[in-house]
Amino acid sequence: MDTRRILITGLSTFWGGRLARALEEDDAIETIIGVDVDDPTVELDRTEYVRVSNQHTLIRRIVAAAEIDTVIDTRLAVDSTVAPPRLAHENNVIGTMNILAACSGPESPVRKIVMKSSAHYYGCERDDPAFFTEEMERPHPPKTPIERDIVEAESAVRDFADKHPAVTVCVLRFANTLGPGLRTSHTRLFALPAVPCILGFDPRYQFIHEDDIVGCLEHAARHDLAGVFNAAADGVLALSEVADLLGKPLAPVLPPWGTGLVAKPLRRAGMRFPSELLNQLRYGRGLDNRKLKATGYEYRYTTREAVQQLAKQLRLAPILRDAREPYRYEQEVEEFLRYSPSVRRGER
Amino acid sequence: MAEQRRATVHEAAKEAREAAEVERLPEATRRESLEVEDLREHLPGIEPDRQVTDWGRSERVEKALDRTLVDFLYHYWFRVSVEGVDGVPDDHGALLVSNHSGALPPDATMIAKAIKEEHPRPRPLHITVEHFFKGYPGFAMLLPKIGAVPAHPANVHRLLYDESQLVLVFPEGRKGSEKLYKDRYRLRRFGRGGFVAAAMRAQVPIVPVCVVGAEEAQPIFAHLRLLQKLTGLIYVPVTPTFPLLGPAGMLGYLPAKFAIRFLDPIPTDQWGPEPWEDSGLVQTVAEQVRDLIQRNLLDMLSKRSSVWLG
Repeated sequence: MDTRRILITGLSTFWGGRLARALEEDDAIETIIGVDVDDPTVELDRTEYVRVSNQHTLIRRIVAAAEIDTVIDTRLAVDSTVAPPRLAHENNVIGTMNILAACSGPESPVRKIVMKSSAHYYGCERDDPAFFTEEMERPHPPKTPIERDIVEAESAVRDFADKHPAVTVCVLRFANTLGPGLRTSHTRLFALPAVPCILGFDPRYQFIHEDDIVGCLEHAARHDLAGVFNAAADGVLALSEVADLLGKPLAPVLPPWGTGLVAKPLRRAGMRFPSELLNQLRYGRGLDNRKLKATGYEYRYTTREAVQQLAKQLRLAPILRDAREPYRYEQEVEEFLRYSPSVRRGER
Repeated sequence: MAEQRRATVHEAAKEAREAAEVERLPEATRRESLEVEDLREHLPGIEPDRQVTDWGRSERVEKALDRTLVDFLYHYWFRVSVEGVDGVPDDHGALLVSNHSGALPPDATMIAKAIKEEHPRPRPLHITVEHFFKGYPGFAMLLPKIGAVPAHPANVHRLLYDESQLVLVFPEGRKGSEKLYKDRYRLRRFGRGGFVAAAMRAQVPIVPVCVVGAEEAQPIFAHLRLLQKLTGLIYVPVTPTFPLLGPAGMLGYLPAKFAIRFLDPIPTDQWGPEPWEDSGLVQTVAEQVRDLIQRNLLDMLSKRSSVWLG
C-alpha cells in the first residue's frame, strides 16, 4: 500500500513533531495533518496542525475529509512523571479508544495504523526472560498505573486489528528513550551527580536513541508492517556500565527492602522515581529486537552509543543552559506561511 | 575474549546455517526453520569496547575471580580430576546436565573451570540458576557477572540455538543442593524434563556430567527453617562451618577430592521433527539421562578409596 495522506495524533509530543518533520522531506507524501490538544513544539513546514481533543467524532470528520490513509499514533504517555495518573489514563486508554473509533467503520479511508507503545507492556519482574520477544506475555498482571494503561491500550488496538483485517495495524514497543532533545525520568536520574540504584542490584538496561524512535516510526509508516514489533537498540548494558559511560559513580540510595517507602521522601531531594521505574531498577529488562531488524530497519545507534550521546549532552548542559530559543507556535504566522499568496514556496 | 566469543558465535551460526539439512524437513517446518534462522543473522553485533555481555556477564569480574579463588579451589583445594571433556562440542551449542550438591554449590564453577582448563578449545559456560537469585540483593548483582543466567526456557533456547553457546543445567534444582548429607549421591527427581525439551527445540546434544566430591565438600546436616523465613533465602543450611563461623562460613569448603566425568553427548535430533511435543518421549529421555548419571556416579564412587585423596 502507498502511504500518501498521513494523520499524526499527538503532534505536540516530542516524537510526533520530529516524525512530522522527517516525513515532510518526502514529496511522495501528499498531506501530513497533525492533531493534538497543545501547540506543536517544533517548527514545521507543511504539516497542518489542528487543535482537537481526543473526541472521536471530530477526528473522524478530519479523517474522512482529508481521506487519510495512514494514522500514526504517537500520543501514548509512558512516563508517570510527565502526567498525573488520571490524565495519563484519559490520554492513554480513552484517547486510544477514540482514535480507533475514528478509524473504524466500513467507509473509513484508513488502511494503516501505527501505534507507538512501550516496553512497559512487558513490565519488569523476577521471572522475566532475559530478552522479551513480541509474542511473550508478561508473567504477572501490571501493578503500576502506566503499565496498566499500556496493556489496556494495546488490547484495544488488538481488538481493532481483529475486527478490521483489511487495515494494517502495527504496534511498536519502544524501550526506554534517551536523546539530547528529551527529558525522561531516566535522563533526569542520569543527570544527578551519581546514578542512583537499589543496593545489591545491577539491572540490565536497554535504551533507544530518539533518532531511532523517529526512524522506526517512519519505517513503519513507509512499509506495511503488520503485528507487534519491539524497538530497542542493540546491546543490553548493566546499570553499572551505564554509570561508567556517564563517568559517574553508582549510588545505592535505595534499600533492597522497603524500596517504595524510601523512594517517596527522596522525591523531595530531587530524585523522582516513578513507580514503573522502581521495578526496572531492580530487575531490569531486555528486548529481542530482531523481528524489526528482519524487516529491514537499521538502527543508527546501539544502546552504548545512545548512552555516550547522553553523556556528551550532560557535560554540555550546564554551558548551553537556555542558549537555544524555544520554538513558539503562533497560529497566525503558521497560517500566513502556509496559505498566503504572498509566500513564495521556494524561499521559505 | 568477548570479541573472540562473539566471533565464534557468528561463525558457528553461519556454519549451522550452511549445514542445515532443510530438504529432509516437511514443508511447514522448513519454512518455520528458515524464518527463525533468518533471525540469527540479526543478533547484535560485536562492540569490542564492552567488558560486559548482553547477559550481564562481566569479563573483568569473571577473570578476577577465576585467577584467584576459582584457580586455587580447582588446582589445590579440590584437586579436580577430569575425564571425557573432549566430548563437549567445540563450536556448536550443547546442554550440559549435571548432578547438584553442596550448600553453596561449588560444582557449577568447577565444571566451568574444567572446560576452561582441560578442553582443547576452551569456551565459556552459561550456568542456569533459579529466578530467586535475580530477586535477592547481592546475588542479583554478582551472579550474572560470573555467567549465571535465570533458568527461563527462553533464555536457554536463545543461548543454545541462537548464540550456539554451552549451557549447564541442574535438573534437580534446589532439591539437589539442599539435600542432607545422608542422601548424598542419590539423585532427586529431574524436574519435569524441561531440559530435554529445551535441547530438542534447540537441536543441540545433551552432555551428561557427573560430579563426585561436592557432597563431601560442604555437607548439610540440617536446615534452619526459622532463619530461612527471616532472611527470605531458599534455604539456610547447617554445614561444618555455617553458621558457626558467621556468613563467611558459607564459603567453608572441606578439601574433598573432586572428580568430574563428562559422558558422551546424546544427540537430540534422532526422534524426527518436533519431538518435544511428545511429553512421553521427553519424560523417558529425562529418566534415561538421570539413570545414566546415577549409574556413572555409583561407578565413580565404587572406585574411590578416599573422600579426601580420591
